[in-house]
Amino acid sequence: GNFELDERLKAYKGVWVFIEHERGEVHPVSWELLGEGRKLADKLGVELSGVVMGAPGLPTRRFCEESFFHGADNCYLIEDTVLSNYRNESFTKGLTDLVNAYQPEILLLGATTQGRDLAGSVATTLQTGLTADCTELNIDPDNRGLAATRPTFGGSLLCTIITKNYRPQMATIRPRVMSMPDRNATRTGRIIEHPLGLIETSIITKVLAYIPDENQDKPQLPFADIIIAGGRGMKKPENFQLIWDLAQVLGAEVGATRPVVQAGWVDAERQVGQSGKTVRPKLYIAAGISGAIQHRVGMEGSDVIIAINNDPNAAIFEFATYGIVGNAMTILPALTETFKQQLAVARVAS
Amino acid sequence: MHIVVCIKQVPDSAQIRVHPVTNTIMRQGVPAIVNPYDLFSLEEALRLKDKHGGRVTVISMGPPQAEGALKKCIAFGADAAILVTDRAFAGADTLATSFALASAIQQIEKDMKVDMVFAGKQTIDGDTAQVGPGIAKRLNMQLLTYVSQIDTLDMSKGEIQVQRRAEGGVQVLQTKLPCLITMLEGTNEMRFATMENMFRAARYPVNFWNKDTAGIEDVSKIGLKGSPTLVSKVFAPQPNTKPAEIIDTESHEPRDISLTLINKLFTQHPKLCDSIVKQAA
Ligand SMILES: Cc1cc2nc3c(=O)[nH]c(=O)nc-3n(C[C@H](O)[C@H](O)[C@H](O)COP(=O)(O)OP(=O)(O)OC[C@H]3O[C@@H](n4cnc5c(N)ncnc54)[C@H](O)[C@@H]3O)c2cc1C
Ligand SMILES: Cc1cc2nc3c(=O)[nH]c(=O)nc-3n(C[C@H](O)[C@H](O)[C@H](O)COP(=O)(O)OP(=O)(O)OC[C@H]3O[C@@H](n4cnc5c(N)ncnc54)[C@H](O)[C@@H]3O)c2cc1C
Repeated sequence: GNFELDERLKAYKGVWVFIEHERGEVHPVSWELLGEGRKLADKLGVELSGVVMGAPGLPTRRFCEESFFHGADNCYLIEDTVLSNYRNESFTKGLTDLVNAYQPEILLLGATTQGRDLAGSVATTLQTGLTADCTELNIDPDNRGLAATRPTFGGSLLCTIITKNYRPQMATIRPRVMSMPDRNATRTGRIIEHPLGLIETSIITKVLAYIPDENQDKPQLPFADIIIAGGRGMKKPENFQLIWDLAQVLGAEVGATRPVVQAGWVDAERQVGQSGKTVRPKLYIAAGISGAIQHRVGMEGSDVIIAINNDPNAAIFEFATYGIVGNAMTILPALTETFKQQLAVARVAS
Repeated sequence: MHIVVCIKQVPDSAQIRVHPVTNTIMRQGVPAIVNPYDLFSLEEALRLKDKHGGRVTVISMGPPQAEGALKKCIAFGADAAILVTDRAFAGADTLATSFALASAIQQIEKDMKVDMVFAGKQTIDGDTAQVGPGIAKRLNMQLLTYVSQIDTLDMSKGEIQVQRRAEGGVQVLQTKLPCLITMLEGTNEMRFATMENMFRAARYPVNFWNKDTAGIEDVSKIGLKGSPTLVSKVFAPQPNTKPAEIIDTESHEPRDISLTLINKLFTQHPKLCDSIVKQAA
């Protein structure tokens, strides 16, 4: 609908993306959001800016540069020793101050542990609206407003949320649902520095230690290029080996549906879907998976989906790219063998 | 020690159905449960009480039926329960919800100082994970989200040390009370209700508060009026209208089918095949 924005709020201009980093690495969702933010900014005819906060000694300037490569026009930078680790209090102060000083109309953050912790505090401080865990963003041409869409009730419904007479319009966005923009290393931009104005002794919460996860090589499903996933149609845990075999030949990750995880056939880290991971591989092979909506929302962003199912009416055939109607227990070994041979040929040829 | 635990009553998602024609959620007959994530926080609060003594108060904002969820918490061992219920709260988003709950907690505080507030990591219906951080900010409490373990609590110093899940690792944080904690799921297991507590719950009169008893004067901050966000549309996901291209061969042999499929991939998706070859190398 149409409504008139307060005069005071019309001053809010531009799209911002919070650049999240931990242990010297930017979370890829930040680049995905710059890609999406670029589209929003272009529709609105405004600038796109990144926000980087961190301590001197961290590669914050490189993060700013990378923001330009991924589409930002500007980067707001707060550098202060107090920001050496993520803490709610110091990051909330920094981001809130920046918003009040430079007044963006849209502020996007990743729906990660850090992004959700920070966004809730910042929105409450600013007394503005925050839409959670979005999967789609659009601009309403009537009023320049952000229309943010998010799944609800386990993905069976979607809802679109608008922020009425408040600015900025804030949203957290689920990792891996927006595509990664092309990196263009010739792009440049402007760094705008801002002070934090906090001293360590005034911050109540202290970070005593950071314990990295022991299992650093745990599955990185969200970033895999190829995923072979199995469902209840694999029948027995022993049959799941056929999935692993194909994955090994293709250098792929293994994914699974919730029933398979609940039966303990594979680790919970491998669950794809609404209550598991969202993935966007170039190739997703689904064997013995019916294609329930809760699974679909986690993998339908894949470039090519191959479904193997013995039921020609399985829902997965409604949205897969290619389908094979047949018994996964015979198709999978044949696929593994054929891929092995074809890859050997391709290697000789190249 | 006094801990307040925020509890939301939610529909049991395993039994949610969507009306095929109107696309609305059919709530009729769907049982209401305590938001499962809240139980990890309640259990942690009860454990702190077991160790340090004191009192656990549960609070919920919702329709009168939410009394059931609070009674359940009394059966688990909570000492007191308050239901904040008023038509004026209808349509609240997370900003308005956290305002109402924070006001009510300030009211509770008049009776007995609050050292800690617990909230669930998120709910299974709204699923925003925003109400906890919102309450903490409004009450000016230190915020500890995604806590996987409480290491130590020193009531004499008013200090707490916790482990907090972060990307790729765990932060060990130390802070001062009062603070607001949201527990990570799976970090503990809810105890069984004792017979004694079940009897107590059956007889327990839940305190019903309206907006006035909750100390709310500014009605522009609650309900639909106090909510910057507005659900403008609810709809079913667009079905992909393009069905899969089914790969088959005359022989129906798995090997022939595989070859046909792989040839198709290599000719129709050259970029994909480059990365398959690279990946497999
Ligand atoms: C709140 C909520 C959250 C959920 N979150 C998730 C989630 O994150 N991820 C998820 O996956 N699910 C999730 N689910 C569960 C989801 O609704 C489905 O139950 C689940 O995805 C089905 O898994 P499946 O396809 O393995 O099993 P099924 O639905 O049982 O499908 C098995 C398929 O295998 C086929 N099959 C059988 N034998 C063979 C054979 N020999 N060869 C080939 N095919 C065969 C069958 O035709 C069938 O299509 C969630 C549910 C709820 C309520
Ligand atoms: C489809 C849909 C989408 C929505 N999307 C948004 C959105 O994007 N942004 C937004 O601001 N609002 C949104 N809302 C409104 C939001 O769901 C309500 O404000 C709700 O009352 C609280 O949010 P939540 O369920 O997400 O709680 P969460 O923030 O996920 O809850 C975290 C914890 O806070 C406590 N808590 C939450 N609510 C209560 C309560 N009523 N009583 C006691 N404790 C509580 C519990 O301990 C809970 O575990 C949406 C509502 C619907 C129906």
